[in-house]
Amino acid sequence: MTRTRKPGVSRRATLAMMGAGAVSFATPLGIPWVARAQAKTIKIGMPTILSGRVAQLGTSSRNAVMLEIEKVNGAGGLAGRQIEMVIRDSKGQPQEAARVARELVNTDGCEILIDAEASSGAFAVHEVARDLGVLCLHTNSETSALTADPKQHIPNAFRTARQGVHDSIVGGSYAAAIAKAKGLKKWATCSPDYAYGRDTTGEYVTYLKRFAPDTEIISESWPKLFQPDYTEVVTKILQAKPQALYTCLWGGDLTSYIDQANIYALFSQMEVFAVNMADYTALTVVKNLPKGIHSGNRYIKTYPATPENAAWGDAYKAKFNEYPTNWSWENATAIMLLAEASKKANSADGKKIAEALRGLKIKSPFGADGTVTMRAEDQTLVGYAIGWGTTIPQEPYVPQVQAGDWKTIFELEAEWKKSKGYT
Amino acid sequence: MDLDALTGCLASSACLVTQTTSGFIIGMLLFLVAVGLTLIFGVLKVVNFSHGAFYMFGAYFAMTAYQLSGSFALAMLCGAAGTALLGLIFERVFMSRVYGADVLMQLLVCYAFVLIFDDVVRMIWGPEFKSMGMPAAFQVVPLFIAGGVVPPYYLLLIGVALAAAMILGLGLARTRIGKVIRAAAHNPGMVSALGINTGLIYGGVFALGGMLAGLAGALAAPVRSLTPGMGFSVLIESFIVTVIGGMGSILGALIGAILIGMIRSFGSLGFPLFTEGLMYLFMVIVLVSRPTGLFGKEVA
Repeated sequence: MTRTRKPGVSRRATLAMMGAGAVSFATPLGIPWVARAQAKTIKIGMPTILSGRVAQLGTSSRNAVMLEIEKVNGAGGLAGRQIEMVIRDSKGQPQEAARVARELVNTDGCEILIDAEASSGAFAVHEVARDLGVLCLHTNSETSALTADPKQHIPNAFRTARQGVHDSIVGGSYAAAIAKAKGLKKWATCSPDYAYGRDTTGEYVTYLKRFAPDTEIISESWPKLFQPDYTEVVTKILQAKPQALYTCLWGGDLTSYIDQANIYALFSQMEVFAVNMADYTALTVVKNLPKGIHSGNRYIKTYPATPENAAWGDAYKAKFNEYPTNWSWENATAIMLLAEASKKANSADGKKIAEALRGLKIKSPFGADGTVTMRAEDQTLVGYAIGWGTTIPQEPYVPQVQAGDWKTIFELEAEWKKSKGYT
Repeated sequence: MDLDALTGCLASSACLVTQTTSGFIIGMLLFLVAVGLTLIFGVLKVVNFSHGAFYMFGAYFAMTAYQLSGSFALAMLCGAAGTALLGLIFERVFMSRVYGADVLMQLLVCYAFVLIFDDVVRMIWGPEFKSMGMPAAFQVVPLFIAGGVVPPYYLLLIGVALAAAMILGLGLARTRIGKVIRAAAHNPGMVSALGINTGLIYGGVFALGGMLAGLAGALAAPVRSLTPGMGFSVLIESFIVTVIGGMGSILGALIGAILIGMIRSFGSLGFPLFTEGLMYLFMVIVLVSRPTGLFGKEVA
């Protein structure tokens, strides 16, 4: 059979189609996920990223929350009310995160929000919490200003995630010690070009130079978030010939970067400090993991090296057939704190729980000393295990972690807040 | 802007070798995707917005084949052949039904399949990113040429892409089937009247385009993380390449891809915060001075 057709498409129409296509690509579909309803429940709303390149982290946030909710509900729920999670996909878009958060409260009747967003979305959800006055726990955003900046402060919002400045103080001092010992004076940086990448790199460099004043940054690279090809970045770093490299690339970006840098033998030519390396998302995906990359701990079940942490990591793996992520422990902590605060307040009321949360110290598998505290003054989590070490290509991946000292973190953080005009 | 770094590089043979190779690597992968896109447009007059999905499938097919067999060559073959078959089925079952339809309809069909293909990948391989890993044969010390660094794997990649360009160019220019394809692109009615099965030609061209994108995905798999939706960014850059080179021109796709590669490679030294912008600026300059692209012809 033969067939003829002559569908003509002008160049103008082609360009118009490309434009329309680009717009339509930016609005992928998302599907809400709702847990089974039970009688006499308290609904907790959770906007998070369940589609796109970061979906794995959003899913790991959801998994951790459900793991802990099961325990809390098994023990009677929040002041006798069973928890029902209402989890929706924000697609990683701030405006969508804000819309979803508002809908969760106003339409779905959620009394508490777990804001499992990356930094950009977290600030948007924060404004919704400010407006509606609902209790909100930010679980993933590590941008320090979210809770450090007094302008952002609202009594009903708390954070159970790491903070960039805490990581940078520990990472900067760790790197400075190595820099002094090995004479690493010329440094390059390579971090994603958005708020987290810029802020975290800036803070890290500040503390690196503070502890090792004779270091200098001779090359900076700011690849786009989710950039597929890092070849030009790798070769640029090679041209600069630094002695050490810092990167806060993460997830799929980090693994791509490692794969591409590996074949240029970049890792054998300089010391590499990658704050986000020691998370199972990266550790288990990279096939040819270079030995000896320095990394902060994200989530590994061997640090803190306690039976409680190992048991939690194993329980998660047994239930979901994969290891948890850094976002997992941060979300699990939110539920643990909620449960303890509710017990303390003997209530499931958001305002009473918020009162109880301020200054609350709980036992935790993720604590540096077996506990974590919701610091009252800025309503952010402190005391979590934080350290740096070097990687090996198989389990336990980071065999020895050098623990950060919270006394030093508190001192330098206070100084940092003062320098930023936050106090 | 760091013009000192750029001029310093231009004066250094080591830097020139490294950055030029880097430009070729970026460009050649783009070429393989863009040439399929431009070929399909040139012959079928369809702007295939789902083309990035074939790049994605090529990468996933290659990864799976490599995991099962441990053979890099088989992985490349599966990536290319798998997407060729997928392209053929896709064209015969779906795309062939919207030839001659409104361009918006074609766009919607392609876009719908972008979402469907992404979800299919998510269902089969999961939502998390994956890595194929570099075959042991290429886990070697890079070559040092005039002081510049050149990974052997990238030499293979450049060689394969250049070979594909040559075979495609010669095949279209010198062989009978090439002439028929060119005739079908120019006057399908006449080709059909001569008793030639144009449906077969269209299916074959679509499969060939898909195969080239799949081969690019397979070649990229050892050095890029695999994730559902990974075809999107490469699709946009491939469109830039085809627009610069001229829609429908294979030579244009080759030259456009190399130029974009060089802009990215040297631009990252001289204009580190404007490398992306340089690419778009170059496209604007080309389109303003030559609206049909460097090697394009006005389409009726």
